[in-house]
Amino acid sequence: MNPLAKLYYGLRKATKVVQLYLLIAGPGIVVMVADNDAGGITTYAATGAKYGYHLIWFLLLLIPVAYYVQEMTVRLGAVTKRGHAEAIFDGFGAFWGWFSLIDLMLVDWLTLVTEFIGMTAALQIFGVPPWLTVVAVCTLLGIIVLNGRYWTWEKIALLFCAANLIYIPGAFMVKPDVSQILGQGLIPNFAGGFDGQLFFFLMANIGTTIAPWMLFFQQSAVVDKGMLEKDIPWGRFDTLLGSVLTVVVAIFIVIVTGTVLPGIDIDSAAQAAEELKKSKHYVGAFLAIGLFDAGLLGAICISLASSWAFGEIFGWAHSLNQKIREAPWFYASYFFTLVTAGLVVLIPGAPLVLITLFVQVIAVTLLPAALVFLILLLNDRQAMGEYCNTLLQNAVGGAIVMGIVVLSTLYGISVLFPTLYG
Amino acid sequence: MPRSLRRLARKVREINRRYREPRIAMSGTVRVALLALRIYLLALVVLMVVKFVLLLGAGSAAPGG
Repeated sequence: MNPLAKLYYGLRKATKVVQLYLLIAGPGIVVMVADNDAGGITTYAATGAKYGYHLIWFLLLLIPVAYYVQEMTVRLGAVTKRGHAEAIFDGFGAFWGWFSLIDLMLVDWLTLVTEFIGMTAALQIFGVPPWLTVVAVCTLLGIIVLNGRYWTWEKIALLFCAANLIYIPGAFMVKPDVSQILGQGLIPNFAGGFDGQLFFFLMANIGTTIAPWMLFFQQSAVVDKGMLEKDIPWGRFDTLLGSVLTVVVAIFIVIVTGTVLPGIDIDSAAQAAEELKKSKHYVGAFLAIGLFDAGLLGAICISLASSWAFGEIFGWAHSLNQKIREAPWFYASYFFTLVTAGLVVLIPGAPLVLITLFVQVIAVTLLPAALVFLILLLNDRQAMGEYCNTLLQNAVGGAIVMGIVVLSTLYGISVLFPTLYG
Repeated sequence: MPRSLRRLARKVREINRRYREPRIAMSGTVRVALLALRIYLLALVVLMVVKFVLLLGAGSAAPGG
């Protein structure tokens, strides 16, 4: 075969591989990028402002952590064709099932409120009143889900994921010193020594990397998309790509605030955007746009995670491939969660700071349970067959789960008792 | 409204019946994991109650509280 023909066939093969991936791509990337939600952006912005580039190495460690946990949901969903809520009810009985479902509903709703807080704060920077943001977001999310096709919803969500990359040009615009980033960021170190505050930041970064809704969302999305056992390798790749993307975005946010706002205490991403706008107008605007996009993406996924879980347990039709008259309860619960969370932000004097803190506390009651159930379900040979966890997967997954449980619990406790770690 | 609530209660009872028995075999590992989870959640609840009591105490100690 001549070289030209070889090249042609090589390109054709590569194109087919990309086309096949684009068919399967979605749940992994969407869930991972949506994990960089309004709360996540605030955490990364505050980390960069407080510790400069010194914790970039720690963020890189979060790639395998996020991948290992979410990969298990892909296998579980593709093999059992059940969402996480249904799998818990079926595997562990009604007590643990109700506990997980009610806790999920509460965590999701509170997290959704924090997404609206982020979105309204971001657009207020551009002079948009909060009521208009809430109305526009609810309308937009309504239009996205009511098209009646999972595929269309997913591609729109991927578009918002692409918008999350806005922090990358933002980081280039602040002209950081690359040698300083490599020197300080890639070598594990604890700037200024290991103290209570640094420990709090490490825990906060882990807490934003794995959230309970992510497990429920990705497993249900895998089922709704109709992924089969043969799609698991692509699902894994999708999840790995998503894990890398989410950490890359986080690193670029750290670079932006680490370069422009070193040593400044950041309470919210909106505050960081305002501070940035004073010296770097467009970078501040980028951060605000990114914060809005992050909140929107979080809202898209979190409201769906609850609706899917309810549909699975109550036996309602619960697919984005069904029209509103075919799955009325699924869409009713979706809009109820969305609209009530949006309205809370508009209540004058609502305890929004308290809600933001409360989310972390409630999340640590659900996350360990959901993770432990995940590992146990992945060891159910009767249901998982050849896709059951291997010894190595159990060792790695178990260690990661233990680490997440301990650190997220300490984080939750530190939110309850802020002076505990000094 | 009462009809909807009755329907909901019926549905909850049906779900409880359907998932009465856990499908996963209750091996030693599973039992230990579930027991640890129960203890963990109980400890968290105790911590939250302590925080709530402390908050109430601080509220009543504050001037005019």
